[in-house]
Amino acid sequence: MAKRHDFQYFFHEGLSNMFSHGFMTFAAIGITVACLLIMGTFTLVAVNADAQLRDLEQENEILAYVDETYTSQQAQALQSKLERIEGVTTVTYISREEAMEDFKAEYADDEIFQDLDPQILRDRYAIKIGDLEQIQQIKREVESVEGIADVSAYEELASGFITLRNVATVICVALIAILFVVSVFITSNTIKLTTFDRREEIAIMRMVGATNGFIRWPFVYEGFMLGLLSAIIAFLLQWGLYEAVAQGVASNDTLQLIRVVPFSQLWAAVAGTFAGAGILIGVGGSLSAIRKFLQV
Amino acid sequence: MIRLKDVQMEYENGTKAIKGITLTIEDGEFVFLVGPSGSGKSTIIKLLTGEVEPCAGRIMINGFSVSNISDKQIPLMRRTLGVIFQDFRLIEKKTVYDNLAFVMRAVGAPQKEIRKRIPYVLHLVDLENKANSYPTELSGGEQQRVAIARALVNNPNTIIADEPTGNLDPERSLELMSLLVKINELGTTVVVVTHEKDLVDRFGKRVVTIESGHVINDSVGGYVGGRIHG
Repeated sequence: MAKRHDFQYFFHEGLSNMFSHGFMTFAAIGITVACLLIMGTFTLVAVNADAQLRDLEQENEILAYVDETYTSQQAQALQSKLERIEGVTTVTYISREEAMEDFKAEYADDEIFQDLDPQILRDRYAIKIGDLEQIQQIKREVESVEGIADVSAYEELASGFITLRNVATVICVALIAILFVVSVFITSNTIKLTTFDRREEIAIMRMVGATNGFIRWPFVYEGFMLGLLSAIIAFLLQWGLYEAVAQGVASNDTLQLIRVVPFSQLWAAVAGTFAGAGILIGVGGSLSAIRKFLQV
Repeated sequence: MIRLKDVQMEYENGTKAIKGITLTIEDGEFVFLVGPSGSGKSTIIKLLTGEVEPCAGRIMINGFSVSNISDKQIPLMRRTLGVIFQDFRLIEKKTVYDNLAFVMRAVGAPQKEIRKRIPYVLHLVDLENKANSYPTELSGGEQQRVAIARALVNNPNTIIADEPTGNLDPERSLELMSLLVKINELGTTVVVVTHEKDLVDRFGKRVVTIESGHVINDSVGGYVGGRIHG
């Protein structure tokens, strides 16, 4: 177990190593920042795409048509039965008169539809669900409710959303994993160059009886500080970039339909992930770089 | 104490560097290890410092069995040794003081002890005024004295000097060898690998001559027989 004064020494050595190998430090930070930014940008695009999909999911609803022999009161009595179905979030009753009004409003330019009798339509329920993946099961349960004559649900559309979200998630995770490995590899090689520069120092330390732990710690501190500094820089750049894109989207007429998740909702997760990934890349790179110099 | 018994060493490329050496160096002895190039002198140094392992035989150094030492014990064994190299091997970006301080820190010495010990050791090698100089600001002789100070700073039982005068002029070489003799007189075992025949003869110490991986002579007083070529 190293003593406290050792850690002060390791910290001091790690810090002075960073400054004495300025170019290499700059290169390692630059590469880590670039990798974090690319990973962060992909993740934020995925987060926004997911949020967008969830919004679209919310608009997807099941329409349950009530048997036309039911009176208005009987039809409204079905509401509680429908609400009890697991996975259903909201159930809205639409009388045949309201449905006709909606219909007429939708075809306002077409006079032929303006004089229709509401009795040709059925009372209905608009049912929203929490998870699109349950749509088929919920549809079956709604169909089994006595008094429901017919159910319409856009299952193919829902299935399309689910596939799109799953593909986006897989691509995002794969890209992040690849970029993470690339970052560790590049950072490791960059630190390896600084280690190579200090091989004489390491050889002398080994010759006088320094333990591997004592030799390794300053490099671990250096990796930690490199990673943390990279994470801070990457976070600030990511913030600026995100806000710029969000403003661009907001001010563009054609893109206004896209809802950008505010950075204030994401900053803590981004900062935490960047710090964790940066430190992991820095320390992992350092340990991997120093390994071959520690073989006795 | 250093003890080698029937030690053999063959490198991975098939070179048989040591072909059965038996040698004992008692605590407090001063020994010159001499021999021509390729005789196996450097391999003996590597065996003594644990850089390579023998293929056969036993090596005991200051209570450690180097022939079957564990990775964890190697640093502890090395702390009983102080090694001096021909090319000094000082860290150029550190001052003389820091070159010494970092080897003390490497073995866990507290700051208070470091501050106390370094001026004493620098005084011993007559470099107390150079503590804040960088190695590149020093002459060859001064740099080698810093290397000696570094070897001494952790108070080892044994000093192993590999061609310590190789880069020095005759006057500086004599000065340095006298310093090693002085250190020996203070109780430290000193093993010097050298090819400087004049120096070896001058000091009248024990001389072990290695040739083709064998000890061909072990006597006191000066070099006997064979040739010495660096």
